[in-house]
Parts: sequence; C-alpha cells; structure tokens
Amino acid sequence: MDRINLKNRILTAVFWVFLGAFSAFAQHSDPNPHSEPTPTEETGEHKEHSKEGKFDVMHHIADDYSFPLAGDYYVWLPLIIFEPGKGFDVFLSKELHNPDPTTGLIRGKYYYNHGKLFIVEGGHLQLDDKGHPIGKHSAKLTDIGSSHVFYDISITKNTFGLLLSVVLLLVIFISVARAYKKRGTDTAPRGLQNAMESIILFVKNDIAIPFIGEKKYAKFLPYLLTIFFFIWINNLLGLIPIFPGGANVSGNIAFTFVLATLSLLLVFIFGKKHFWGHILWYPGVNVPLKIFLAVLELVSVVSKPFALMIRLFANITAGHILIMSIIGMTFMVKSLIGGVSIGIVTSLFSALMFVLELLVGAIQAYIFTLLTAQMIGAAVEEGHEEHKEHAAAH
Amino acid sequence: MSNLLNILLESWGPLGAGIGAGLAAVGAGIGVGLIGGKAAEGIARQPEALNAIRGTAIIFAAFVEGVALFAAVIALLAMGS
Repeated sequence: MDRINLKNRILTAVFWVFLGAFSAFAQHSDPNPHSEPTPTEETGEHKEHSKEGKFDVMHHIADDYSFPLAGDYYVWLPLIIFEPGKGFDVFLSKELHNPDPTTGLIRGKYYYNHGKLFIVEGGHLQLDDKGHPIGKHSAKLTDIGSSHVFYDISITKNTFGLLLSVVLLLVIFISVARAYKKRGTDTAPRGLQNAMESIILFVKNDIAIPFIGEKKYAKFLPYLLTIFFFIWINNLLGLIPIFPGGANVSGNIAFTFVLATLSLLLVFIFGKKHFWGHILWYPGVNVPLKIFLAVLELVSVVSKPFALMIRLFANITAGHILIMSIIGMTFMVKSLIGGVSIGIVTSLFSALMFVLELLVGAIQAYIFTLLTAQMIGAAVEEGHEEHKEHAAAH
Repeated sequence: MSNLLNILLESWGPLGAGIGAGLAAVGAGIGVGLIGGKAAEGIARQPEALNAIRGTAIIFAAFVEGVALFAAVIALLAMGS
C-alpha cells in the first residue's frame, strides 16, 4: 500500500513539475522561431501573424525533412534525391537550413521553401508568374516520364517513424515468438508474452472468428493482426511529442491509402463466386436492374476501403490538430491573461486530449481491423454452406 | 469590427469552413447521442448483453464520428482555399 502511495506521489510531483516547466516555457519562448518581431495592431501585419500561426499547426502535422526538438535544435535526417541522368545525391537536412546567403540555394542547385524542395536551373533562382521557382520539382504520380522532375526518396520524418514502428514491432513479436518456442503453448505466458497474448486472442476471438467464420479465419488472421498492431503502434508513436515519435504517420493519407488498398486487394483476390455473383449479376431480378445493381455494388465495394482510408486519416489528423490548437492557444492568449495561468489551463486540457487520443488510437486500430475483417468475411462467404448451416440450425 | 468585415469580404472560405464544421458537429452529436441513449436502454433492459451492446455501440459511434470527420477534413480544405 505504501509503495503505491509513494508511486502516486512521485507521479503527481512529476506532473506538476512538467506543468510548471511548460508554463514557464510558454511565458518566455517565442512560438515561432521564424516569425517577425511582435506584430503591431495594423491590419496587414496582424493578418500575416495569424497566417503564420495557422501554418505552424499544419506544419507540425505535415511531413518534414528534419525533426524539430526545441528552438533551433533539430535531429537531422538524410535527404536522398535521384535526378534522372545525374544520379543520386545524398546529404543531411542540416544544409537546408543554411542556404547560400547570396543565391539562397543549397548545394548550388536546391531551393527549399515551406517544406517543398526544388532544383533550379542555371545556378540562380527565377520565379515564374505564379511565384514557383523555374526548374525541377519533386515527382508526383501524374509526372511519371516527365523530364522536369526529380525523385525524392529521402528519409523524412514519416519514413523514419514508419521504420521505427517496424523495428519496434519486429523486436516485440520476435521476442514473443521466441517465448512461445522456448516455453511451449501449454505453460502460462509471462511478461511481454502475457500482454501480447491477450490482445492477439482479442483480435482472433472478437474480430476474425465472428466476421470471417470458424473455417476460414486462419488464413486471414496474420494480416488482421499485422494491420491491427501496425496501426496501433503508429498511432501511439505519433502521440509522443519528442524525437523518436512525433511523426504523424497514421495521419498521413498515403499511409492509410496503402493499408486500405491492401484490404481491397484481399477482397479482389479471395472473393468467391458467390460474392462476385451478387455484385456483378444479381440473381433473381430482371436485366436492367441487374446492370443498375452491378454499378451500385461496384461503387460500394470500392467505397468501403475509401471510407476506411478517410476515417483513419481524419481521426488521427483531427486529434493532432486539436492538441496543437490547444497548445497554440497558450501563445495566442498569453498576452491577455499571463503565461503561467493560461499555461496551466492549456496543459491540463492538452493532457486530457492526449488521454482521449490514446483511446482513439486503439479504437481506430480496432475499427480498421474489424471493417477489414467484415469486407473479407463478405467476400469469402459461400452461399450454399450457409444455407446448410441454417437448415441444420432449424 | 472593420477587421471582421474585411476578413468576411476578402474570403468566404473560413466562414464556410466554420459553418460546415459546426453543422457536422451537430449531426455527429445527434447521432452519437442516439447511439448512447439506445445502448443505455438496451443495457438496462438486458444487463447480460452488456459486452455485445458496448462493442456494437463503439463501432457505430466510430461510423458517425467518421462522417463528422469527413466534414472536418473538407472544412480544413475550404479554409485553406
């Protein structure tokens, strides 16, 4: 009992120290190291300032070439640029922050502005009439084959976060698998193995079996477990505000797009005749209705993973924006009330939001896995067997 | 006051974004409220079905929330434009 009491006290003390430190930080530091001196009441500069503030929140949830730690301290990550015909160029993102003072360029040809990288031709910066630099830009999907692009395969914040989560998952699950090998499945699980076993059994018993069915779930269980733990660990790592975490991986639409596409591919690959029959040529209705229903059902097949993609992306992004906005409120209101008091209020609110986001992170991983299981279950269902089961039940 | 008017006249995006996000929050509130109310009713009627009802309610709440967040994303896009 005493031990628990002591632990509680230590935790409370740490919490208050953190609060105090954060409030002091709110009072003294400038929220945006790049911003101009204090804005005056004139409309023009005021607007400029509010724009910068908005940009800052979006900046923190967006991908970046380096990890901001505090103030002017960063963790530098490598940039890997492939320029067709000229080969690879690898350098640290530190150079992005020290452009040449006369030309504004990095390494003689790169121009970096608001998180976007360009290669300018001829060694000096020229802007076109839209304000974009003339030269090459990073390739998008629509630019494949174009000569005015370069391919940016840098280890960015998100790439780093992704790799970190993969390494963590490998460490956790290889050790769990070793524990099963060493102790067998009959003895009681211990430690990490114990923690993981309950979650694995939850995915198996509450997601895979009810939605895919006793007979077929085993084939899809590895995929369901993988996406569940992958999404969950990325949600959790995204909530860590400092260096190793803090990359907004699962709030990135590309990440959720790939996961949703994989789920859709499973439906396409393992979809049974019964499933496709009910989509493409609905039995028991006349031909015009069959065609109409086929279009409708095809849209519904694609819209389900689309909804999965948007749901995960929007939930995680909204959570990050909420937390950033509450913390940003400190800097907006501090001149009215005073840094310490508003710092305490916003710290408490953001702590609450973090707790809520822990819950949301787990629920979203659960929902994504569950809806994937539902999609797969509908696709692999065999019509005749079900009738037999029903007959047996009656 | 003139500041607000200037912002309104210059761009309708933030206004639309605010109204849109607010309406989405109203809709999501009604939806989640209905789900919660019915779940509580169901649990009161059949306490032994607590786990099944809770799981289903969470899933449906996530659906409703998902739609509200679609609107939030669109509001963000509208604000940026």
